[in-house]
Amino acid sequence: MAESLGFVNILTIFVLAIFVGNEVITKVPPILHTPLMSGSNAISGITIIGAILAVGTGRETLTVVLGMAALICATINVVGGFLVTHRMLKKFKKFKK
Amino acid sequence: MSALVISNPVLSNTAYLVAAVLFIAGLKGLSHPRTAVRGNLVGAVGMLLAVVVTLLQQGIMSFELILLGMLAGAVIGAVLALKIQMTAMPQLVGLFNGFGGVASVLVAGAVFYQAVVAMLGAAGVQAVAPGLQFTIATASSGLIGAVTFFGSLVAFGKLQGIVTEKPVRYPGEQVVKVLVLLLTIFFGVLVVLEPQQINYFWYLAAAGSLLGVLLVMPIGGADMPIVIALLNSYSGLAAAATGFVLSNNILIIAGSLVGASGIILTRIMCRAMNRSLANVLFGGVGAVVESAAQDDIYAGKVKATSAEEVAMILKSAQRVVFVPGYGMAVARAQTPVRLLTELMEKDGIEVEFGIHPVAGRMPGHMNVLLAEENISYDKLREMDQINPAFPATDVTIVLGANDVVNPIAREASGSPIAGMPILDVDKSRTVVVIKRSLAPGFAGIPNPLFAADNTLMLFSDGKKAMDDLVTAYKDA
Repeated sequence: MAESLGFVNILTIFVLAIFVGNEVITKVPPILHTPLMSGSNAISGITIIGAILAVGTGRETLTVVLGMAALICATINVVGGFLVTHRMLKKFKKFKK
Repeated sequence: MSALVISNPVLSNTAYLVAAVLFIAGLKGLSHPRTAVRGNLVGAVGMLLAVVVTLLQQGIMSFELILLGMLAGAVIGAVLALKIQMTAMPQLVGLFNGFGGVASVLVAGAVFYQAVVAMLGAAGVQAVAPGLQFTIATASSGLIGAVTFFGSLVAFGKLQGIVTEKPVRYPGEQVVKVLVLLLTIFFGVLVVLEPQQINYFWYLAAAGSLLGVLLVMPIGGADMPIVIALLNSYSGLAAAATGFVLSNNILIIAGSLVGASGIILTRIMCRAMNRSLANVLFGGVGAVVESAAQDDIYAGKVKATSAEEVAMILKSAQRVVFVPGYGMAVARAQTPVRLLTELMEKDGIEVEFGIHPVAGRMPGHMNVLLAEENISYDKLREMDQINPAFPATDVTIVLGANDVVNPIAREASGSPIAGMPILDVDKSRTVVVIKRSLAPGFAGIPNPLFAADNTLMLFSDGKKAMDDLVTAYKDA
């Protein structure tokens, strides 16, 4: 019982988050579609949390090894994603005539 | 250190909630160029908070190892992000998608393995099988993550020129894809039913990888914006699935935000091509070129021009619109475009840019290239804004675009691009099309625009044509 309620709880969070995402992102103009993609991509690197937990609490060698590989990939995703988005966005300027 | 350890899950989950709010606020900031830089930074702060809180959680050991892994990833990511040319942005975004996807597979595999070992180890006492949520989420994460990773690698290969950009199609293609999909579902069910057989998870990941390759190989270059947006969505969904594996809120929230964002972009891209997602993934475009029709349309009607002639026309114009396409990116012609823009503006000519939603190889590709050239973003007009302004435009310069300016799309039916929203460049007084030949675009059909009375063809490489135009304009 407890577990099934827990599942419904996180399912609720999942569904609501999708709706929030829908609302927020519908307003992004086409001019910013690339930064939106690379920026949101960096956020999808949130798996880094799972990788830290796998390495940090792993009792099996294989878990730690897989966790390390995941950690490196996710960090590339996060750091690279936010940096390249920043680099792009800095270029979007409005110049006075 | 121990004084800093967070032993209360309420505390860490509250911090995750703050991180989630920062992600949402960050994405909201991306809705305007003025607030976008800050929005991105806010998202990065949210990520940093989530990472720090996780590191401080009770039971986290091997700090050195974790910091080492993060340092390695950070260095690689930073080098990629800072060293890459702006023109290589589509493949970099594709590659980052892939890294996110593979991380999800690996985390799911790592956690699953540990759970299975724990279960088998306890067999002598009493076996506790992992719950359904755990196994289903593990299977989903393994499948979506593997499809994302290998799909992204193929997309990267296509954009980088390692794999052919042409659609790779073969007889029985759909059957093969359906069979591999059934195979992944089969292994997915096995993971759920017999979690103690850890190998099923790896078979599932392998089948998912194959599916990722098979799904992206048949997709041609011009459809890449859709694929990149779709893979973006998958990388988020994979993270959300991993969140279900770990029962971790922040993974679920962040993952579904990205999943939603990718789906919206995919939908926008599909609408901009007037095609369904199923048609992009499974249908074929650009198979047949009707050469007879092409001769009919072009014979005797195409007028070639020179850079000098175009420069003269531009000199007497009051309003000029550039319509860039992927050809501009390939030829790297954006710098002379900017130079010509500056020269014309100095003469009091109004210059704008008309940008089709699917121009280029990823959503927003042209905007990034032009912004990189310090072209003011208020000059970059989207399709709905620029279309009513074409009749009041003296000269429109089409640079490396084809199908997105083909007036055939406005006609009822028969052609593969019928109904696709286009830029109505043919309504401007004079159209200059810079193109190497009359070769058809991705859709494989002739373009009556090239033979229109008000169209002049400047046959040349995009970069060379623009360089010549800059010189001719200065001399004129």
